[in-house]
Amino acid sequence: MIISAYQTHIFILIFIYIILAVSLNLALGYTGLLNLGHVAFFGIGAYTSALLAIEGLPYIAAVIIAGLFASVFGYLLVKATDKLKGDYMAMATLGFSFVVYSLLLNLRDITRGAMGIPGIPKPSILGLTIRTNDQYLIFVMAVCAISVFIMYRMVNSPFGKLLEANRDNAVNLRVLGKNTFALKYKAMMTSAFFAGVSGSLYAHYITFIDPTSFYIAELILILTIVIVGGLASIKGSIVATIVIIYVPEMLKMLELPASVLGPVRQALYAMILIAILMIRPRGIFGKVDLE
Amino acid sequence: MILSCKDIHKSFGGIKAIQGCSFTVKKNKITAIIGPNGSGKTTMFNVISKLIDPDSGTIEFDGQDVTSLKDYELSKLGISRTFQDVKLFQNLTIREHLQIALSDSDERLLSNLFRTKDVESEKIQEVMEIVGLDKPLETYATDLSYGQRKLLDLAIGIAKPHSLLMLDEPVAGVNPRLRDSIKNILRELNNRGESILLIEHDMNFVMDLVDHIFVMDAGKVIAEGSPEEIQNDPYVLAAYLGNCGDEEEIECWT
Repeated sequence: MIISAYQTHIFILIFIYIILAVSLNLALGYTGLLNLGHVAFFGIGAYTSALLAIEGLPYIAAVIIAGLFASVFGYLLVKATDKLKGDYMAMATLGFSFVVYSLLLNLRDITRGAMGIPGIPKPSILGLTIRTNDQYLIFVMAVCAISVFIMYRMVNSPFGKLLEANRDNAVNLRVLGKNTFALKYKAMMTSAFFAGVSGSLYAHYITFIDPTSFYIAELILILTIVIVGGLASIKGSIVATIVIIYVPEMLKMLELPASVLGPVRQALYAMILIAILMIRPRGIFGKVDLE
Repeated sequence: MILSCKDIHKSFGGIKAIQGCSFTVKKNKITAIIGPNGSGKTTMFNVISKLIDPDSGTIEFDGQDVTSLKDYELSKLGISRTFQDVKLFQNLTIREHLQIALSDSDERLLSNLFRTKDVESEKIQEVMEIVGLDKPLETYATDLSYGQRKLLDLAIGIAKPHSLLMLDEPVAGVNPRLRDSIKNILRELNNRGESILLIEHDMNFVMDLVDHIFVMDAGKVIAEGSPEEIQNDPYVLAAYLGNCGDEEEIECWT
């Protein structure tokens, strides 16, 4: 390969986070669901896929079940929060993130709690095992391309226009005969499915997961990507993922101590977010206001 | 008869917005609900379109009891309505608004995933011509003037498959020219057999256009009749205009 091992690692993370960010934008930007529970879908997908693969299930089955399991939680989350709007919806979905984190931490018989799950096997597809990071990069790139293409088609279809209409004015949509609850749960289930898939990709790449990988810091990172890129813009989410994941990595060139690097990286996320909100309140390519 | 409301009651806390309201709307006629501000007209509209559930009473639409239906289910049965404050989808174009109104298959996720063909072009063009909205179809709702937004709102109401068109103050805030234009549009729709129920404060508009009027006050229907009968009903005048009833004040209706 023409890129270094470190760059390969960064690119793999970028492709995983592109799926995660675009799927959040589907719910948040396109459908208007102020969902702060997306990181929980990421975690559910990662744990489901890891546990099934360790039990010997083929990777393809594990990743699909991981996505479907996350989407079931997506449905339940919409069902539970159907009557909530704005800040109340945000608080309820944030609570969902806490609950899932807590379950991952405390269901020790299944998740091994804080000890995490080590030894997650690398994916094996049709008898071919992905052993190197270069191979994993090609694999994750292909999954990312398929996932983003499906979501792109979805938001540009007549169904996608209904999602945008729901975000802009749900009451008007209902008097036009559209079942907005069904629209919301279909959007959230799709969003959760792809978050689950990205969780699976993450787990099988890192080969070790623990609950801290799916908590507030991760949620802030994904939200920052979507807001910086702009709501209701797939292109924005892709560009922002590259910027937000890649730029802080350049800090490593400064050879800062590890104890300083982490906080500086978080501060950089915050600065990028504040700068974007001041200069372009709708994000780089955003079509709708944050409100 | 296309719509029948029987003994509808609706309270919000201690406020009795609708108190035993009953009326019927005939097919192929233009019917108006008029009344002073706060008389319960819009609440009644919201009850009929099921945005609000009544506390009691029944609503029949086209011979079917629809009291327990949800708003979108009732809409699918054939009620199309507009709002007093124009409600559009601010980030969608005129074409996308009308496609949403016209389509009955866009709620299917998988079958729409690879659908790109615009199958509604002719119908969209027809509706645009009916309302006389002369703007490119790719114009966003936010780029329209108030009058144009009002016309687009009417176009959406017309485009949505329906057998009853409900309009909440269709000429509120529009200039006299556009008001006349909307009057002609509604008259033309009625000539084609449309049943229309509207709320309006502009009495010139109402008296000149509609076949039948219900007058509401304090959540009740206090009178009904033809425009001529309503204009000469002293009880209605008293309720609607306050202390009036002499010939001079009757003039203010027309």
